[in-house]
Amino acid sequence: MNPRMDVRLGPLRLRNPVLTASGTFGYGREFAPLMDVNALGGLVVKGLSLKPRAGNPPPRIVETPSGMLNAIGLANVGLERFLSEKLPWLRQLETAVIVNIYGHSLEDYAAVAAGLKGVEGVAALEVNISCPNVAQGGMAFGTDPVTSARVTEAVLKNSDKPVIVKLSPNVTDIRVIARAVESAGAHAVSLINTLTGMAVDVERRRPVLGNVSGGLSGPAIRPVAVFMVHQVARAVSIPVVGMGGIMNARDALEFIIAGATAVQVGTANFVRPATALEVLAGLEAFLEAHGHASIAELTGALTTG
Amino acid sequence: MPGPVPEAEATGMRDHTCELLFQHAVAPRTFLLGLRAADLASRARPGQFVMVRVGEATDPLLRRPFSICGIRPPDVLLLLYRVVGHGTDLLSRTPPNTRLAVLGPLGQGFRLPAPGTIPILAAGGIGIAPLIFLAQAVGDGGLRLLCGYRSQAEVIELGRVLPLTCAPQIATDDGTAGHHGPVTDLLHAAMRNLPPDRLRLFVCGPPAMLRAVARIGRELGSPCQVSLEAHMACGFGVCLGCAVPSADVNAGPYWHVCQQGPVFDAAVIDWQTPGKNT
Repeated sequence: MNPRMDVRLGPLRLRNPVLTASGTFGYGREFAPLMDVNALGGLVVKGLSLKPRAGNPPPRIVETPSGMLNAIGLANVGLERFLSEKLPWLRQLETAVIVNIYGHSLEDYAAVAAGLKGVEGVAALEVNISCPNVAQGGMAFGTDPVTSARVTEAVLKNSDKPVIVKLSPNVTDIRVIARAVESAGAHAVSLINTLTGMAVDVERRRPVLGNVSGGLSGPAIRPVAVFMVHQVARAVSIPVVGMGGIMNARDALEFIIAGATAVQVGTANFVRPATALEVLAGLEAFLEAHGHASIAELTGALTTG
Repeated sequence: MPGPVPEAEATGMRDHTCELLFQHAVAPRTFLLGLRAADLASRARPGQFVMVRVGEATDPLLRRPFSICGIRPPDVLLLLYRVVGHGTDLLSRTPPNTRLAVLGPLGQGFRLPAPGTIPILAAGGIGIAPLIFLAQAVGDGGLRLLCGYRSQAEVIELGRVLPLTCAPQIATDDGTAGHHGPVTDLLHAAMRNLPPDRLRLFVCGPPAMLRAVARIGRELGSPCQVSLEAHMACGFGVCLGCAVPSADVNAGPYWHVCQQGPVFDAAVIDWQTPGKNT
């Protein structure tokens, strides 16, 4: 018998636990010539803001050992064009479409959430809290438990969708933030966002990236991500979505056994566009080979001590 | 089971597995590589590119973009590249019969010169790669090919790539081969006494050279297409890493090299601003 692959993130039901991460999968349609997008557990679209945003000056990306730094600057089409140009195609999909949202003030977050309220074809929101808070001198919302909770509340108050809060790893203790957003009512957390990093052009003595710093992703960050998922899964009782450098099913299994209910494939989508489906097939094969009836049996199945 | 997605866009882009047929050095650290790629060879247009995965490991992690340098009918796709880092070094050591993941064809190619126009192709260094494919497609009816190199050692003998009938003019920075000076000297000479509005400039090379040729085209009134290069992670409009400043206020502040390019009308590029913010 085929193992059961369906999972629940609070009120959100997914046909399987493999999602694609925001910023690495466009608006889904870009991948349609390369893979069956409908076979995914869900897809998370490019981070959406109230107004369109053109992004940072180039260079915007640089490769690093087993990873990449990006400073795209959250370029996106904005709420209005998302609804008119991107959503009609996404709405035809059978898989869960999760919209990643961000803002630079509580009002921004509330407005994007409100703009997606009642909108058919949007299964859930994922809230990026790693953005600078203009009202607090540019400190990222997600580095402080109080502002993290306020963003979560602002989104929940203006939304009728399940809300997943995406946590930043650039904090002293990620469990504190996770507990804060859980208390504020988040239905799930996803982690980790990129780790802040920098590369220097030694000949020119300049930062490689136009933005100076960028977000590190790819296999280089996987051990950090797995440990944070492990920590957060033990600190909260809401579901955890794990991500960070997943390239294959074994990588995904590390996150699941460490405590993740679902996983997101990110940077690997650039390298092998159909990676997420290979991960899914690999998970099914692993469950069958080990005699498990469902993927849920493996979530948090870690033995320590 | 979920059904197929409603409508797969007909871009022709596929993730191919291609056999590496051969590769050999055509100049120091410069390699000509042949792939067996029937589908790509039949679809690719001059100026388009492919993303090649170099090895199975995670370092290098990302695919590398390469201009398509030409087709040997019916099914061989040619790439011409210079070793500039870890990824291209590894590729240059990849033996024949290796199977490589090749995504493509990608991007917008050159608009071919209309009958009655006079195409002038100007290359800087390894920027010759997409222009060889263009020369192959256009044939040599009145075509001029101008190649700039730093020195004689870098000069690529084009006959080893494809049987082109037009003889390229050479310029070198150090005067060890051809004209002693920049390739723009050859361009000025080639344009002299010809009606500027009938000339069509096609350029690929380092940024300073592109900027110089774009200015010449603008000042003399000759339409100019440039093939740009940028760091990119995906090659098909997802990572948004390959932004270049736009001079078209209606189009927004940036173009993306992988989707709207790599070939652009020189007039739509903002040549002054290396990076501008929103």
